[in-house]
Amino acid sequence: MLEIDNLHCKIDGKSILKGVNLKIKKGEIHAIMGPNGSGKSTLANVISGHEDYEVTKGSIYFDNKEINDLGVDERAHEGIFMSFQYPVEIPGVTVTNFIKTAINETRKSQGLEDMSSSQMLKKIREKANLLDMDSNFLSRSLNEGFSGGEKKRNEIFQMAMMEPKLAVLDETDSGLDIDALKIVANGVVKCSNDDNSVIVITHYQRLLDYIVPDKVHVIMDGKVVKTGNKDLAKKIEVVGYDWLKKSN
Amino acid sequence: MAYTEEELKKQLETKEYEYGFYTDIDSETFPVGLSEEIVIAISKKKNEPKWMTDWRLDAFKIWKGMKKPSWSNLKYNEPDYQAISYYSAPKKKPNLKSLDEVDPELLKTFNKLGISIDEQKRLSGVAMDVVVDSVSVATSFKDTLEEKGIIFCSISDAIKNHPKLVRKYIGTVIPKRDNYFAALNSAVFSDGSFCYIPKGVKCPMELSTYFRINQAGTGQFERTLLIADESSYVSYLEGCTAPSRDENQLHAAVVELIALDDAEIKYSTVQNWFPGDKDGNGGVYNFVTKRGICHDRSKISWTQVETGSAVTWKYPSCVLKGNDSIGEFYSIAVTNNFQQADTGTKMIHIGKNTKSTIISKGVSAGKSQNSYRGLVKISPMAENARNFSQCDSLLMGNDCGAHTFPYIEAQNKSAQIEHEASTSKIGEDQIFYCNQRGIDTEKAIALIVNGFSKEVLNKLPMEFAVEAQKLLEISLEGSVG
Repeated sequence: MLEIDNLHCKIDGKSILKGVNLKIKKGEIHAIMGPNGSGKSTLANVISGHEDYEVTKGSIYFDNKEINDLGVDERAHEGIFMSFQYPVEIPGVTVTNFIKTAINETRKSQGLEDMSSSQMLKKIREKANLLDMDSNFLSRSLNEGFSGGEKKRNEIFQMAMMEPKLAVLDETDSGLDIDALKIVANGVVKCSNDDNSVIVITHYQRLLDYIVPDKVHVIMDGKVVKTGNKDLAKKIEVVGYDWLKKSN
Repeated sequence: MAYTEEELKKQLETKEYEYGFYTDIDSETFPVGLSEEIVIAISKKKNEPKWMTDWRLDAFKIWKGMKKPSWSNLKYNEPDYQAISYYSAPKKKPNLKSLDEVDPELLKTFNKLGISIDEQKRLSGVAMDVVVDSVSVATSFKDTLEEKGIIFCSISDAIKNHPKLVRKYIGTVIPKRDNYFAALNSAVFSDGSFCYIPKGVKCPMELSTYFRINQAGTGQFERTLLIADESSYVSYLEGCTAPSRDENQLHAAVVELIALDDAEIKYSTVQNWFPGDKDGNGGVYNFVTKRGICHDRSKISWTQVETGSAVTWKYPSCVLKGNDSIGEFYSIAVTNNFQQADTGTKMIHIGKNTKSTIISKGVSAGKSQNSYRGLVKISPMAENARNFSQCDSLLMGNDCGAHTFPYIEAQNKSAQIEHEASTSKIGEDQIFYCNQRGIDTEKAIALIVNGFSKEVLNKLPMEFAVEAQKLLEISLEGSVG
């Protein structure tokens, strides 16, 4: 699904990623952990194609195709979805209208017609249920005045709607209380299947109690310094990252 | 035949050039310049009664003694008023046989706006075939209106056929000496519309529908007079989303609305005059005076979508003279490239318990300047007046400007006035977010701008809201790298 090969990148002339290697197969869930400023969010942005990040070396392959030169929207059309750590507000644009536009623009890129309103509505209801969202939420302006929890739930709702091949969840657990965390995590688990993959970026292992990863990677100073299974996340929870620094 | 991009562009340019010269050759055009003789000649040409001629002459005298206003936040070269011809016979549209002969750029825009093929033909002056008999449709509208006693005709016809009504009301809301451009218009107005809704009549259709079929000519100095008699209602839409190309640089229209007791007027405008090219050359100067007077318990609601013109100077206003009367102003002004807009409203509270609402949305892109200028005036007699104003500006890029000039004069202690203003910028983070959801940048901007303008778009008649929405998108095309 996704293969990252010796990826280096800079922002404002400053090196952030210094040779990341990562391989994620179809149907897998990977977690990426690491201390603040290690490059986790940068990795999410670079996978999405954010133009502020300059890839100086290395490649990103998606479905065996190099995507370094694809724009952000083109990558989205290929099936890459990112759940934002800080989702932006778009006043006056309802959640429904936004997701409708997103789905139809993606369909257009694939040469498909707009999804019919009835089909869209059915899907919206189904996915809103999945995330325990009430219907008046759907007619509110996108993220405007949303609580932290609502914003994150809305991100996962959009993911559920768009059915991406690869979902990158950037600190989806931050700002969530335990009940909201469960709902969001459950939503992710229900959407994940043998044909798609998920990257969970997080500081804390508590999210991984609900979204159980196949692999856990630790990024420090722009590199993957350790890969293991879910026990690695548990160990970090107890002893922190320092031991990895020393062994590095 | 393979055109290169460059060749195609060149061809389009020359086509436009040719087009511009065609309409110039018009035998019915007066010599340039403005004098008493010209004013008299215009009046004579239109077979006007003496009172009308005198009225025009008086306006001309006033105009001669006036100075062009200089308080606006606009920079432009003052037109040479003696270099303008003040009367042209109704413009003949180029007589084209099929849409293939129409400027493809224009057709592209029509298609983007979703204008039907038949209407495209009509708008671009292609001879219509029998399939769509627009005349008969228009006639049936006319019958419906006549049944209800509604008068809807050109101002020239009204002067001839309904002189009492015209004489009673013309210039009562916007006096000749009101301002420089109103005085000029009063002296030389060429044509425009007249509408009278009798007592208790609710006009059964948007007058736009009729308008669009009849395409009342939009002249250089238009004059509109709309009277809603007691307890009547009318919704009127002027303008068109289709781009208007006009070689007249100066447009100075006057619109007067009169809402008698318990009447309601909803007046919507979509303005899309030629804004000039990407480098700021050409384009229409649009200096418009619009005002309505509200009698007891009546309501006037202005809604405008302004996307065109190189320079816009326009303040649709309400004089809330009657007790319990209501004035509303909803506006979206979009400026791109080198466009300048100085627009807003005046709400003059005179009667008791009068209410006004102002919602103004400005979108600036390119190197354009967009100003909101509004006055809320509460006179000493206006007990319990209330006003709510909200002015929001949206900026795109770093070279444009948004300005807000709210003036508030409250002379009665019981007044409640609220003013909210915000300025925001379309953020790269918003664009990135949309892109990440598969929405390309152009579509993302359209989405954000439409969201920003929603409160105003919602006030437009349904049929126009969709077109106006598309118009906003087109106006901002290419405004972000």
